[in-house]
Amino acid sequence: MNRSIVPASIARLPWAVILPLGALVLFGSAVLYSAAGGHIRPWALTHVLRFCVFLGMALVIARLPRDLFKLVAYPAYGMILFLLILVEMIGAIGGGSQRWLNLGFMQLQPSELMKPAIVLVLARFYDSLPAFMTSGWRGLIPAAGLVALPAGFVMLQPDLGTALAICFGGFAVMFLAGLPLRWFIGGGLAASIIAPIAFFTLLHDYQRKRVTTFMDPESDPLGSGYHITQSKIAIGSGGFFGKGFGNGSQSHLEYLPESHTDFVFATMAEEWGMIGGLFVLLIFALVLRWGIGVARKAPDRFSQLLAAGMTATIFFYVAINLMMVMGLAPVVGIPLPFMSHGGSSMMTNMICVGTIMAVDRWRSGRNTLG
Amino acid sequence: MKQGRHVSPGTLRNSFDRRVVIIGALQGGLGVLLAGRLGYLAVAQNEKYKLDAESNRVNLTLIPPRRGWILDRNGAPMASNRADFRVDIIPERLVDAEATVNRLGALLQLTAVEIRDLKDKLEKAHGFQPVEVKSGIDWERFASVSVRLPDMPGVVPQRGFSRFYPTGPSVGHLIGYVGAASAEDYEKERNPLLVTPGYKVGKDGLEKQFETTLRGAPGARRVEVTASGRIVRDLDTREDVPGKPIQLTINAPLQDYAARRLGTESGAVVVMDCHTGDLLCASSMPSFDPNSFSDGIGRIEWKMLSDDDHVPLRNKVLRGLYPPGSTVKPMVALAFLEAGLSPDESVFCGGGLRVGNRVFHCWNRRGHGQVNMAKGIYQSCDVYFYHFAQRVGMEKIAAMAKRLGLGQEFPLPVLGQSYGTVPDPAWKKRKYGKDWAVFDTVNATIGQGYMLVNPLQQAVMASRIASGRQLMPRLLLEKHAPEAKPLGISQEHLDFVHKAMSDVVNGPGTAGRARLPIPDVLLAGKTGTAQVVGLNVGSGKGGLWKHRDHGHFICFAPFDKPRYACAVVIEHGGGSGAAYPVARDVMTFLFDPAKAMAVLTEMEAGWGGTPQERMAARYRAYSAQYGGSAPAVAPDAAERAVEAVERERPVQPIVDAAQAPPPEPVTEATAGVAGGATSPTEGGR
Repeated sequence: MNRSIVPASIARLPWAVILPLGALVLFGSAVLYSAAGGHIRPWALTHVLRFCVFLGMALVIARLPRDLFKLVAYPAYGMILFLLILVEMIGAIGGGSQRWLNLGFMQLQPSELMKPAIVLVLARFYDSLPAFMTSGWRGLIPAAGLVALPAGFVMLQPDLGTALAICFGGFAVMFLAGLPLRWFIGGGLAASIIAPIAFFTLLHDYQRKRVTTFMDPESDPLGSGYHITQSKIAIGSGGFFGKGFGNGSQSHLEYLPESHTDFVFATMAEEWGMIGGLFVLLIFALVLRWGIGVARKAPDRFSQLLAAGMTATIFFYVAINLMMVMGLAPVVGIPLPFMSHGGSSMMTNMICVGTIMAVDRWRSGRNTLG
Repeated sequence: MKQGRHVSPGTLRNSFDRRVVIIGALQGGLGVLLAGRLGYLAVAQNEKYKLDAESNRVNLTLIPPRRGWILDRNGAPMASNRADFRVDIIPERLVDAEATVNRLGALLQLTAVEIRDLKDKLEKAHGFQPVEVKSGIDWERFASVSVRLPDMPGVVPQRGFSRFYPTGPSVGHLIGYVGAASAEDYEKERNPLLVTPGYKVGKDGLEKQFETTLRGAPGARRVEVTASGRIVRDLDTREDVPGKPIQLTINAPLQDYAARRLGTESGAVVVMDCHTGDLLCASSMPSFDPNSFSDGIGRIEWKMLSDDDHVPLRNKVLRGLYPPGSTVKPMVALAFLEAGLSPDESVFCGGGLRVGNRVFHCWNRRGHGQVNMAKGIYQSCDVYFYHFAQRVGMEKIAAMAKRLGLGQEFPLPVLGQSYGTVPDPAWKKRKYGKDWAVFDTVNATIGQGYMLVNPLQQAVMASRIASGRQLMPRLLLEKHAPEAKPLGISQEHLDFVHKAMSDVVNGPGTAGRARLPIPDVLLAGKTGTAQVVGLNVGSGKGGLWKHRDHGHFICFAPFDKPRYACAVVIEHGGGSGAAYPVARDVMTFLFDPAKAMAVLTEMEAGWGGTPQERMAARYRAYSAQYGGSAPAVAPDAAERAVEAVERERPVQPIVDAAQAPPPEPVTEATAGVAGGATSPTEGGR
């Protein structure tokens, strides 16, 4: 890039992540265009517009100073937790499960905001925790509480996918913060004992059914196994080069459920084949590698944990969604970042990206706002 | 709480560096795993999933084949197909049965009775067996259902063909009807065609007998459908192969005429060709309308059928067994002649004859005076036959009866024949373990006692007497059938009997009113009146319908060059007087249809219209009286009822004299009555 032509402020933008993301979003909107039967409405256009809006937001976040992040960590966490409780109460009064607050101009899902917030608050917590306490109970119990509280409320909604995402983001930060390995091993053992019990007590019937049908999708081909079966048919029938743009029968004839949201990867793979799938994987690899690279080069403990935790959160979305659509994980309602149509997930992921950009800026010592 | 080793910011930084590499490696590993899975699904398993996607996308619907036509001998359709619009329900796919039925009821303007019938049918239906809502719908109503399909899963509207019987009830027994395949049919064949909406199989008569010929091969339509079943576009269509037609020997206008001419009576008319044995007419009334049977039978129709004591479900041509009465006399006369009896030998009839210790009366109590064979036939003198039968013996008479077709089963493509009884000493010994008595012979010679025949056999007998050939009745038209072998009865004997039978009609006989209104065509015939109950119960002429005498008439024309033979049976008609006018008009129709039709039109005006019109009027009356309160009908009620009627043995209480009064003493005669009451089971099948 020629600095003499391109203004410095633009040249200094983190193009290493903006370009791959832009490509992925454009590709996603092409898929959404086809899924809508060759129309930019209702999905393709808003998908691109949202990306532009949230990219702007991310670039603003990228310019926020580290101290501000540290300052708002606890209040933001508390605020979002309060909103979660509020949603739960409104839902209980309204007599049904509700996951969002209607703000008039948009519907806000506090559980979405909690995903980056849990990373932020734990990074803040471990940053302020004296090093020697890390391997003691004081390094574990408060952090575990910070994770368990929002995860519990989200489970009540009930939203298993988001609860798992919160836990995963939290555990990733705790792991990276240097908690003793034996705790994770012990925790893993405990989870393998508690999971079956929780499976039969805590999970709702429909969630339980999703897990059992994941084990054997053909057992219920018209019920909850239907999603997995149809998704595999869509991906498998695409072959290496796909059926061609606009020719996906599974999505166009509505055999594939949620073809524009959770199962957008299957919609894509049917028309673009394995080539398209590898392209998507490659983009995610680039983005995640950039995130981890930023974390490794981060100047201090807070930035390290923040960048790595945000990367892990994005990774969790991608991994669970792709495993789900390919029949490697049960059906949980988790969209594919930057491809699925949906404002909340786009916002969450762009907050994560913006935060990593901010960490990137702190390292290079470039100007931040304020 | 102190740990053993010292933890400093430095060690934490190192630990972070190590652990972030682990996480990165995990991410990379998972990426590789996902890429591998993608390759497995999209490349290795591509064929399998391609097939799955195709079978999702493409929906194959069978197009029911058009059923082969049933034609009469001149090629006129007796059963054809009519293009129509229809709506079916596939119970398995219904979401809200109640709401769907009510919605359909409003859209198709079904009556309350039809809606109740439909709900009954749905309750009993299961699986993918389609239930017909209505066929023969006009385009507007059909369209109004079609556009609302997305809201009514399980409803299948389609264009198709439905079976059409132009003459309705006239051919009900002969041809049968069609209906949706039953669960048992499907179990047997496992053919998806059977559960295709709109497809019907033959349920009775020729429709059932020739099912494989008439069926044809289904067409198929491949369409692209969405997951919710909405059709996006047609891919391709393979036309159906219509079933092959079958051509009958029946003369359709004659069949219809005969059925209508029977009017309000219960009876049968059979007409045969004396050259070939072709069945020109095999009418049995009252009947059912196969058009409405083929749509599935509703509760009102069911009640109408159940209430009718004339057994509209029985094909009387093949299943009705009756004592033939005096119609056997020409046959007995032939036996006499062959046994060497001179036709001029005579006996004095004083109104009765003492046989053993009983007196057998002649129908004419005043007596016929001196009676020879000719007079015995045309005056139907019982005493003449009582007398000479004892001399000739039952064996010879029974042999002649069998030679002329009585007691015989014919190789016809029908579902079953009740072939009745021609009694002889060996048969009685076998059946009842009793010796043949003289009075048994006496009874048999006037067509009473143990003797039971069906109308078809009577027609065969008439045709064989007329032609002197061993004619076999035929239903399927064959252009070049071999000529029937002669019976071996001397032509002289035949001529003699023909003359006597002509005198029945054209001479000083018992059926002068049967003379044909056609110049130069003389009808030869023989009357018969068969007693149903003893004279101690009723006179046989009036009173309870069930107690009235059966009326018979057999005939052929022209008498000198026989061309057509005919048998008419009127159940409980009160005597032969009910039968021969029918035979006269039917035979007239063969020579001058217009003249015959004029007679019928006048009569039908008195009866309240054609059989179809009378049934429609009765339906309206029933509908008004019972409405939905008539009992519900099982889906295959009609089929089962027909089977039940066919299994039922006709129970004819046998009395030992027809025109003759019961022999004295009455007490002894009851032995024969009791034995006879169960004897028909022998003949039934």
